[in-house]
Amino acid sequence: MRVIVIGAGEVGSSIAASLSESHDVVVVDQDPERVESLTYDLDVLAVEGDGTSLETLEEVRVTDADMLIASTDIDETNIVACATAKTLGDVFTIARVKKTSLLRTWERSKGVFGVDFMVSVNLQTAESIVRIAGLPGAQDVDTFADGTVRMAEFGIDPDSPIADQTVKEADRFESLTFAAILRDDDVTIPTGDTVIEAGDRVVVIGSPESVRGFAASLTPNTTLHEANEVVIVGGGEIGYQTARLFEERGVAPRLVEHDPDRARELAEDLPGTVVLESDATDREFLDREHVDEADLVVATLDSDEKNLLVSLLASRIGCARTVAVVNTGEYVDLFEAVGVDVAVNPREVTAEEITRFTHEEGTENVAIIEGDRAEVLEVEVDEESVLRDATIREAAAEFPEGVVVGAITRDGEFVTPRGDTVVHQGDHVIVFVEAEVLDEVASLL
Amino acid sequence: MNIRVDWRASVSLVGTVVKYLAVALLLPLATAVWYGDGLVTFGASILVAVALGTAMERLDADPDLGAREGFLMVGLTWLAVAVVGAVPYLIAGEGSVAVPTAALFESMSGFTTTGATVMADISFDTHSRALLLWRQQTQWLGGMGIVVLAVAILPELSVGGAQLMDAEAPGPGIEKLTPRIAETARVLWLVYLGFTVVEFFLLYGLHLAGYAPEMTFYNAVAHPLTTMPTGGFSPEARSIEAFSAVVQWVIIPFMVAAGTNFALFWHVLRGETSNLFGDSEFRTYAGAIGVVSAVGAALLFVGPNLVGQGNPFPVAGDLEASLRHATFQAVSIVTTTGYASMDFEVWSGPAQYVLVFAMFIGGSAGSTGGGIKIVRWLVIVKSIRRELFTTVHPEAVRPVRLGGRALDERALRGIYAFTLLYFALFLVGALLLAVDAARVGLDLAVIEAVTASAATLGNIGPGLGMVGPMGSYLDFPATSKLLMVGLMWVGRLEIIPVLVLLTSGYWRS
Repeated sequence: MRVIVIGAGEVGSSIAASLSESHDVVVVDQDPERVESLTYDLDVLAVEGDGTSLETLEEVRVTDADMLIASTDIDETNIVACATAKTLGDVFTIARVKKTSLLRTWERSKGVFGVDFMVSVNLQTAESIVRIAGLPGAQDVDTFADGTVRMAEFGIDPDSPIADQTVKEADRFESLTFAAILRDDDVTIPTGDTVIEAGDRVVVIGSPESVRGFAASLTPNTTLHEANEVVIVGGGEIGYQTARLFEERGVAPRLVEHDPDRARELAEDLPGTVVLESDATDREFLDREHVDEADLVVATLDSDEKNLLVSLLASRIGCARTVAVVNTGEYVDLFEAVGVDVAVNPREVTAEEITRFTHEEGTENVAIIEGDRAEVLEVEVDEESVLRDATIREAAAEFPEGVVVGAITRDGEFVTPRGDTVVHQGDHVIVFVEAEVLDEVASLL
Repeated sequence: MNIRVDWRASVSLVGTVVKYLAVALLLPLATAVWYGDGLVTFGASILVAVALGTAMERLDADPDLGAREGFLMVGLTWLAVAVVGAVPYLIAGEGSVAVPTAALFESMSGFTTTGATVMADISFDTHSRALLLWRQQTQWLGGMGIVVLAVAILPELSVGGAQLMDAEAPGPGIEKLTPRIAETARVLWLVYLGFTVVEFFLLYGLHLAGYAPEMTFYNAVAHPLTTMPTGGFSPEARSIEAFSAVVQWVIIPFMVAAGTNFALFWHVLRGETSNLFGDSEFRTYAGAIGVVSAVGAALLFVGPNLVGQGNPFPVAGDLEASLRHATFQAVSIVTTTGYASMDFEVWSGPAQYVLVFAMFIGGSAGSTGGGIKIVRWLVIVKSIRRELFTTVHPEAVRPVRLGGRALDERALRGIYAFTLLYFALFLVGALLLAVDAARVGLDLAVIEAVTASAATLGNIGPGLGMVGPMGSYLDFPATSKLLMVGLMWVGRLEIIPVLVLLTSGYWRS
């Protein structure tokens, strides 16, 4: 597939990097230095030019391309680039936007602006944060099949009740599948006898109730209910959207914003949120607002360093859980290593969204595990699928190593996959796939 | 002193309004012709209005109205129409209103829809039907606003119209219903006119059906003219007590409507009914009326039997009567109409104090009601709640919301300032009335001074004691009457547009 990426900023470069392995990628940027560095760093064609001009788009042969991803930092530029591309030919266009209002417009009338798919980075990030917040102890959460199936990733501490247990012992939930154990850099597909060690991360797939029950069994000390005392630090678009989504779920978060004008603006837009105008690194303020008693502190400031500082400070004074937004992908592991409970990288979230469209047809939803070590795919079983009218055991024989069928939904109902479960056409299967075998498995599904 | 306000432009436009007031005088003139009484009075009054108006208009051939001139024009308009409106009382020379201060009082009370009267004897024996109709009509003209009417019909006011209406309209801020302000003004007047006409047909229909023997054609015209502006003048000395129970019930919803933001009716007419019931001010307004009515009804029902005190209608123990009188009086006072379905002078003390309390509630913003207004109380209560919250959370940024919309902090300050000024003026007014009464040896009780001040400043009308619903303001000395003319004027324009005229900063740079 020939993919044109407009904008070689952090997101554009990251998308180009992840696509370059299996696709022909052309990157357009106006900055000659970026173009030059991309030419040497990645196996892509980097072109200097204005992605909104006909000339440039003709030069990169947009008519021959299958997909155009506009991912500059400016929303309007991305939209205009898509619209311009549409005047030249029928290319599938993806625009990355920050403003949620543009996404709302696009949702009202899909295809408007010449955009076939729109990704709002900030909204996606906020949704991801709120999903994680709903599950104590989880480091990543994704939902599939319209919410019927949930995937979650948990870190196992030395004092975790399932540390040193076998999977058989740990698996006490009816509709839960242990999809994988991530240990150091390895991905292990567990059997019943696999021992879960401290420091592992387990990926489970199951019904929302069983995943929540499993989460509760891991952290018996903390509350079983969802986070109720939430403090969000930073009133940027991510912070705003996060607060808004918490409001929608009936949680009244507190939002800390340093700038008085922005604080006022947020307070006007968020009736269910208590907006506090202060510096979140002020200890006295944190004490006065009893941030130590919060179930969750979310740091969404612009700077990674500040988010780290705020998260560490919050967990030091006793906050139950911290989530930090990390814009630099390489820092994700570092953040989690030094004590931030969950690090969320907006670019990864964006990449997840965009990756959906680079997959084979039939893939409904994708979650990316640990950077890109594995993916969880939701696939609707069609005529050509090896799963069609086969039991899981039969199908598994066809699959390479590193594949787990985590869940099945039939007519919107959850079906626990066992060895003798027969899969029908039209079922949705949620499959955990290691990165190395992804292409092979995708063609089988 | 270097005056920076183009006062000639303002006065000239006031002249235009005064000139057009002659048109309004045609209705009493026609009445005078019909009944053969008062022809000279209104003929002469029309001449005065035209002559004075034209003379004032001459001051500026091409008036250019700026922001400051707008305030002056609105303030002066109300003074000028009150003065011209007093002319028929003087020329007619009938009864106690034929004295300049009394005539001015009656006229200002009419235009500001206060409904306080200095007529010693309200009857056709003393006054011509034409004069009493003029008295009703001043209220109708003042209700939706002389200036709103002027904006609706005078093209030269269309540019600065929003500002003029803002200075005059009750409540903080105006809502533009249509892109053109003159159109908005016309919409408001049409809704107002519509209600008036409907009320007329209902009342006269009741008369024709035999349910309201006293509601003659004349009365059926006169009462809608004073219900819809929340005025309260009645050509009957006993006010609405003169009519049957069914008439009293019919008038209640019209008073409620008059105290409602007229913009809401416009939305309802366009099929957006949720705007009415979803409006937080309307809900509070309905709630306030409900509570005051219920408390009043309970007090009347269990209260001392009022028959022994000379009232012909037993109320205590009579559920319908206590409910009707309490509701009528609650609505009449909250909306600042000032009608009386019975003399509440004979009510028990607590029941009367409920009414005094209700005097400070006021109608809705954008209605014809006076007083402090529900919306301001709503905002003040919410502000207090915010204060309590920010005491615990000093960093909290918490806008005060009304119907989901965050209010501007400047608007909030305006509301605090208004309410504080309102109470200050009310107290100073009561004090001055007491001092002035003492000066001339008038025996004025504290409650009389207090309610007289509240009833005139709030454009309500009746107070308690001497100024009760069946009493009059006649016994006050002329100086007190002038003071109350001022209170009514300031109260109708909601204080700040008038007080701003008294600052030197307004007149100079």
